[in-house]
Amino acid sequence: MQLICILCPRGCHIQIHPGKNGEWEVEGHGCKRGRDYAIQEAACPLRVFTTSLWVDGGAHRLVSARTDRSIPKDKIIESLKLTKGLTVKAPIDIGDVLIKNIAGTGANLVATRKVDRI
Amino acid sequence: MSVKTEVAIIGGGPAGLAAALSCYRHGIRNIMILERDEHLGGILQQCIHNGFGLHWFGEELTGPEYAQRFIDEIRKTGISCLLNTMVIEIKEDKTIYAVNSRNGLMEIKANAVILAMGCRERTRGALRIPGGRPAGVYTAGMAQRLINIEGYMPGREVVILGSGDIGLIMARRLTWEGARVKMVCEIMPYSTGLIRNVRQCLDDYGIPLKYNHTVIRIHGKERLQGVTVARVDDKRNPIKGTEEYVSCDTLLLSVGLIPENELSEGAGVKLDPITGGPIVDEFRQTSVPGIFSCGNVLHVHDLVDYVSKEAEITGEGAYRYINGRSPSDSDYLQVIPGKGIRYVVPQRIYGDSDVEFYFRSNGIYKDGTVELTDGEKVLASKRLMRMVPGQMERLILKRELLTGVSKTKKLQLRWRNRNEEDDAECS
Ligand SMILES: Cc1cc2nc3c(=O)[nH]c(=O)nc-3n(C[C@H](O)[C@H](O)[C@H](O)COP(=O)(O)OP(=O)(O)OC[C@H]3O[C@@H](n4cnc5c(N)ncnc54)[C@H](O)[C@@H]3O)c2cc1C
Ligand code: SF4
Repeated sequence: MQLICILCPRGCHIQIHPGKNGEWEVEGHGCKRGRDYAIQEAACPLRVFTTSLWVDGGAHRLVSARTDRSIPKDKIIESLKLTKGLTVKAPIDIGDVLIKNIAGTGANLVATRKVDRI
Repeated sequence: MSVKTEVAIIGGGPAGLAAALSCYRHGIRNIMILERDEHLGGILQQCIHNGFGLHWFGEELTGPEYAQRFIDEIRKTGISCLLNTMVIEIKEDKTIYAVNSRNGLMEIKANAVILAMGCRERTRGALRIPGGRPAGVYTAGMAQRLINIEGYMPGREVVILGSGDIGLIMARRLTWEGARVKMVCEIMPYSTGLIRNVRQCLDDYGIPLKYNHTVIRIHGKERLQGVTVARVDDKRNPIKGTEEYVSCDTLLLSVGLIPENELSEGAGVKLDPITGGPIVDEFRQTSVPGIFSCGNVLHVHDLVDYVSKEAEITGEGAYRYINGRSPSDSDYLQVIPGKGIRYVVPQRIYGDSDVEFYFRSNGIYKDGTVELTDGEKVLASKRLMRMVPGQMERLILKRELLTGVSKTKKLQLRWRNRNEEDDAECS
């Protein structure tokens, strides 16, 4: 498969194919980080996702949130479903865990905005 | 009510906050931030996605987290922040008029002023797309605010016009919220957004990005029902026979940002017709001595990290100005964009310290160098594998290299392909 490395502005066009004896064949990367990135992308692409949840009794209607580490891309939609219909109580501080181990990914959904109580 | 301050900062977004902190670090104590919104942080509060701060903090933060780090710093200093306060006029003598519900009209006399009002989005009016005025047409930033701050979903079937970063980010956000994003149309043959956003926001979800395409008609009376898109030729005129009807209830416009400079112009500040922001020197001092400018009001940035970096410079500028160490017009060397370069900031330099230039290209260029020349010799250069309009580039000029360069000369920043003869533009 063909991909563009997004780790630095050089934006190398990398080709990656499964090679012999379980190794990946990587071409076009400008540095080692790009090679690792391509292998990760080909095997199991990881992403951080962000969303917002409804707040009860807060100075803002919504609190923004993100996973505290990258999760497999195909777990994002499932994780998002878990946030729907959920309301969290103010006060909330940045870094507060809103959902533990979301969708069994090992990542927590944490608040990214401070919401005072009113 | 009438008050005095050493430095007044207009706008409490990332530019205003970093400028205020920098003034404080230079020993200025009487600093005032004037912000029309009810909170500090500017547009960052609605940019809840991650990707901020890689250059500044060395970690990937979301917009609100990035803003909060600066707000926490501000709180420690005792810098006064007037929220819900709208600046309505700035005079050339640096008298500021502002209003809020507590004090009514205020007159603020400042020694120095830093403009940090950010930018606004280009709207449909600026594009003149024919058709009715149905509900369902939003700028990408308005939609971002609706979803992330108000908690309201603008629609279910979406077409996005323009591949700027906000549009790309919103394509993903809408997909995550269950909407169907049918396509992103880009009139140019390249995206104006960051490559990583095209990858993460469109490619990840199979959303087509149609280059050389635009929306030529809007359909629907009360609510948007669809749009007609068409391919354009190299003069950006729609090509007959390529029209396609796409049904949708929402159209997002992500077609560019314009620095917000009505206040600056009122103060007599000269603007650069290309950037839409003030003409500045390396300390970001405008044509009016003692008035500075930074962030998106100066030129549109793609990464907030460089907004913070640029804003920091104004603190030193304000400090120099207050202490009577400001250059006069005849002390400046002009810097002009040459081949391949759309604009360069600063547009003029005094040159008693190293200068970092921020610039953008006017097209796609591959494998070459950008050079700063005085017409005879190259003063600074940098190798670039690619240079695209969507990504701001930087180049540092060492101060020593300016010795002996006459102030009557103009410096030029230009692109040179690696193969001298092969001067053709690639795309
Ligand atoms: C809708 C939108 C989305 C964006 N998304 C991203 C993104 O995802 N990632 C990214 O890196 N960059 C993004 N940007 C660019 C982003 O604006 C900059 O990175 C950064 O926020 C610019 O900082 P700033 O302080 O110059 O402007 P802003 O953040 O816009 O702050 C300007 C502040 O000035 C205040 N102000 C304006 N006029 C007045 C007045 N007359 N009186 C008092 N106060 C005033 C405003 O209320 C605002 O708080 C986005 C821009 C927009 C418009
Ligand atoms: S492969 Fe290395 S050099 Fe190329 S874009 Fe990725 S990080 Fe940059």
